[in-house]
Amino acid sequence: MRVCIKYDSDFICRAVLKEQFEKLGIPFSIQSLGELEIDQNLSDEQREALATALKKYGIEIIDDPKMALVQRIKYAIDDMLEDDMARIQKISTYLADKLNYSYTYLSNLFSENTYTSIENFIILRKVDHAKELITNTDLTLTEIAFRLNYSSVAHLSGQFKKTTGLTPTAFQKIIEKRKQNSIHPA
Amino acid sequence: MNLNTLNTNVKILNVALADDDEDDRMLFREAIEEIAIQTKLSTFNNGQELMDYLTLPNILLPNLVFLDLNMPIKNGMQCLMEIRKNPMLNAMAVAIYSTSSSEKDVEQTFINGANIYINKPNDFRKLREAIEKVLQINWQYHTSNLNRDNFLYRI
Repeated sequence: MRVCIKYDSDFICRAVLKEQFEKLGIPFSIQSLGELEIDQNLSDEQREALATALKKYGIEIIDDPKMALVQRIKYAIDDMLEDDMARIQKISTYLADKLNYSYTYLSNLFSENTYTSIENFIILRKVDHAKELITNTDLTLTEIAFRLNYSSVAHLSGQFKKTTGLTPTAFQKIIEKRKQNSIHPA
Repeated sequence: MNLNTLNTNVKILNVALADDDEDDRMLFREAIEEIAIQTKLSTFNNGQELMDYLTLPNILLPNLVFLDLNMPIKNGMQCLMEIRKNPMLNAMAVAIYSTSSSEKDVEQTFINGANIYINKPNDFRKLREAIEKVLQINWQYHTSNLNRDNFLYRI
């Protein structure tokens, strides 16, 4: 028997955090996804227990402040791609305003720690989003291009091909055949 | 305090290569050592050696495996299929690294679960660039919230 499920990773993450923090009796609040405020100082044992409990769910505490900022840049990019209003703004202005650092600083920090640039990462994210829509919806490429704010289908296909080495159609065909053969790379 | 659902603390990428050609293995090692992303490379002379290693108990699995397609005893396609059928190994990213540029080979490896297909370049600089690109892409999948089901690149 095959069952289809629908889920929201944001929702799951919040639920897991709430459950685990309550279990350890640590009061906390979620600032934005990826950042929490804890009302007390944690003892080493508490911190250790928390890290162990969360690790099971693939959630990790980031100790390095630079890596933490890199992660916030990534979340801000995700927000920006989801938020229609933000598209009108320039990326540099958007990120600088949202994170309160100069874009030059953010851009250098990002490149030093991720082996890619903010610009390339955004393209990768957009193409990833396009892949998602190609595989999980019945939207046409024209509709996908519009939704992801590309000026035309040609622009989307071009960026897709340049980034992945495959055309959107070839990609779609591979994913369909994988499904038929029940191959699911993790 | 900052939380993340992915492992961002990996500093060294574990990489495995299975290739029956000694020169190719050596060039690969030289190329990967010149790249800024830090890696630990293990090499295997054919697919069987690789699979024997991967199925040993308590080993640290590679994050990324490069497979040559044409190898004696066990070829790259057989390894790929075994890796994708084994739940213990399925989380590894697989890059096919081959001289074949037949569209049929490319498509078939993708269908069988390869993440990346690279044509073996014939000069060292291009080889280094190709490996660097694979490592960079793989790095993004390791450290960002990208959908692994859609991890498909032809380089």
